[in-house]
Amino acid sequence: MTLEIIGISVLWMFLFGYVIVASIDFGAGFFNAYNILTRREHILTNVIQRYLSPVWEVTNVFLVFFFVGVIGFFPKTAFYYGTTLLVPVSIAIILLAIRGSYYAFAMYGSYGHKGYTFMYGMAGLFIPASLSIVLTISEGGFISMVNDYPVLDYWELFTSPLTWSIFVLSITALLYISAVFLTWYANKAGDTSATELLRKYALIWALPTMVTAGGIIFELRSHNPEHYARILDLWWVFGLSFLLFIGTVWFIFKRKKYGLAFGLLVGQFALAFFGYGVSHYPYLLYPYLTIYDSFTNEAMAIALITAFIAGLGLLLPSLYLLLRLFLFNKDYVRGNKDHHT
Amino acid sequence: MDNEQAVFYSRVLTELTLSFHIIYATIGVGIPLMIMIAQWVGIKKNDEHYILLARRWARGFVITVAVGVVTGTAIGLQLALLWPNFMELAGNVIALPLFMETFAFFFEAIFLGIYLYTWDRFDNQKKHLLLLIPVAVGASFSAVFITIVNAFMNAPQGFDLVDGELININPLLAMFNPAMPTKVAHVVSTAYMTSAFVLASIAAFRLLKGSNHVYHKKALFLTMKVGLVFAIATAIIGDFSGKYLAEYQPEKLAAAEWHFETEENAPLIMYGVLEDGEVKYAIKIPYALSILAHANPFAEVKGLDQFPEDEVPPLYIHYLFDIMVTIGMWLAFLSALFVFATWRKWSFIQTKWFRWLLVAGGPLAIIAIEAGWWFAEVGRQPWVLRGIMRTEDAATTSGQVDIMLALFAGLYLILGVGSVVVLRRMFKRNPVEQEIEDRRKEKGGDIH
Repeated sequence: MTLEIIGISVLWMFLFGYVIVASIDFGAGFFNAYNILTRREHILTNVIQRYLSPVWEVTNVFLVFFFVGVIGFFPKTAFYYGTTLLVPVSIAIILLAIRGSYYAFAMYGSYGHKGYTFMYGMAGLFIPASLSIVLTISEGGFISMVNDYPVLDYWELFTSPLTWSIFVLSITALLYISAVFLTWYANKAGDTSATELLRKYALIWALPTMVTAGGIIFELRSHNPEHYARILDLWWVFGLSFLLFIGTVWFIFKRKKYGLAFGLLVGQFALAFFGYGVSHYPYLLYPYLTIYDSFTNEAMAIALITAFIAGLGLLLPSLYLLLRLFLFNKDYVRGNKDHHT
Repeated sequence: MDNEQAVFYSRVLTELTLSFHIIYATIGVGIPLMIMIAQWVGIKKNDEHYILLARRWARGFVITVAVGVVTGTAIGLQLALLWPNFMELAGNVIALPLFMETFAFFFEAIFLGIYLYTWDRFDNQKKHLLLLIPVAVGASFSAVFITIVNAFMNAPQGFDLVDGELININPLLAMFNPAMPTKVAHVVSTAYMTSAFVLASIAAFRLLKGSNHVYHKKALFLTMKVGLVFAIATAIIGDFSGKYLAEYQPEKLAAAEWHFETEENAPLIMYGVLEDGEVKYAIKIPYALSILAHANPFAEVKGLDQFPEDEVPPLYIHYLFDIMVTIGMWLAFLSALFVFATWRKWSFIQTKWFRWLLVAGGPLAIIAIEAGWWFAEVGRQPWVLRGIMRTEDAATTSGQVDIMLALFAGLYLILGVGSVVVLRRMFKRNPVEQEIEDRRKEKGGDIH
């Protein structure tokens, strides 16, 4: 295994981590806002706030980790993506800022401010959408080189069906992931009405997620045939992912084993995510940038990987402690011990 | 938009983001230490007031940390969005500390979450103290690593540049560059100092506004003591920083001191204005610049005449330098006076006018932080990587920077106003007298 592959695998793993934790977070924010606006907040608010409050900062770090890591391992991405992504990423930052400040402002200040809660719920839907533009652009066809500098063609981008499919997928998938997780969490908390409501959401968003994901593969056939061919080579990975999807929906539908259902969902997305990542190989930006010609020097790569291993040695036990104290602590989940500052 | 405009707006947007971020970041580095100290003193003295102090500071800290996190994410991404050419080049050499900064931040985030949401879960106060240690360590180390990145921009090393290609890269050598020791020490110590004076401001303000509770007096004395220690540390490190500049970045020192001609026995110029190249109304302290630069009153100090005109930083940095140093000295003096007077039981420190001076200390410290950073950053113009890459070659070629500038200005306005409003409301609704009363009911009698 070359250093390039190790580097991109580590980063892809962290991006996957972000996709899962952020989806739970963003989806929960949306469901919360939706329920407050439809005057049903008493059903969900407790469950959602109890899970989200201790981890909001950690969610954000996954994202920071990913983009700092990309520039560290692949400095040329700063040149190509940095120049072209000013507008979409700036919008994502602003939405992230609205969300990030919400927790602190709303929890301690004007809790229940409707306008802010609504903005917060909507921001969560559009952050993944504005960030997923990076995935669209990476497929090639939207960037051209003018005087040796990359320029993004916005018209081409916004009229492409691929852009909109990825946009829709990012929203449906996050609502689906979030609903499945929260069903499990609400069930653990012994909150029957919240479980029922979230179970309904999970079943509603399951099908659209699958349809758009399939649609994207179909669109790649004409947009980037090279990538499409590689996806076909990995058909079994996506097939397996689909089987896990069936399993999740089955358990949710039967009101059984919500924990296992969520586990299958993580497996489903992991397979699809890594299948997509591997089929993208070796391009970071088709056709300008591969992981080989953008890779940093060997000394830095080794230093980064060393720092990464040392960092994980510190982080994994800490994350375990966090989960033990909140997610897997029966008293906390059920609200028996929730005195915080 | 042509490139010159893109460079200009990129600089303004970066300055805006950083100037806003450092207010919250400085507090974010220093306050965890203060919370930890209060918790520790509370345990040692078995005094519930200090535990409550830690708890109330922590509650306010959540608001500032939220704004610090989101603006920190903004500047992290803006580095690549606004300065893609710089990141492409520097990323090869300096990615390591950037990467490590996220680890420190991660570590802090995890334990801050645990600390905030396990309040009252453990009966033993020492467990809460144990949770605070990683928060304070993580906060300080993220400052250390990110300052190392900035130090590298001032004194790039750890690579060879041959025909525009970087070779022989040594990430550790790049991290331990000559600017690093003084910069890191100065940033960390001023962050502690500023946080202490900000918290002292709050205590002094409560005392002024009629709450004569012993809780505020304890808070004031504790924060002023810590403030004094770090004010002295900052002054000593500042002296080392001067010696670093004389050795490695003489053009920054010369511009800051309006030292135009290379000479021996160089005087230090304080205050004054510059009119048509003439320094007026200034105070000249003989030999002081030679002492600051080389610890020798007769040493030669390089002047601006030694540098090509297009490599000299803007001369207005002199004013920023003056503001920073004057405030630093004043706060050291003020805290020393307060601590000494408390010890000798002099009563003038309880007068209204003196308490107003203490209230002004926090905002002044923040002004000094801003002035110091502007001085440090403008002082290395025209370079983004001193001696290697000029700022105008580093900026983006995108045409939309001006619109983004307007968007972010709006965002910072909302965050700034929001954080102040929420903080005020939080403490107004739940004054300390009320909280002490509540805790007494909960625990039964042993709290005053």
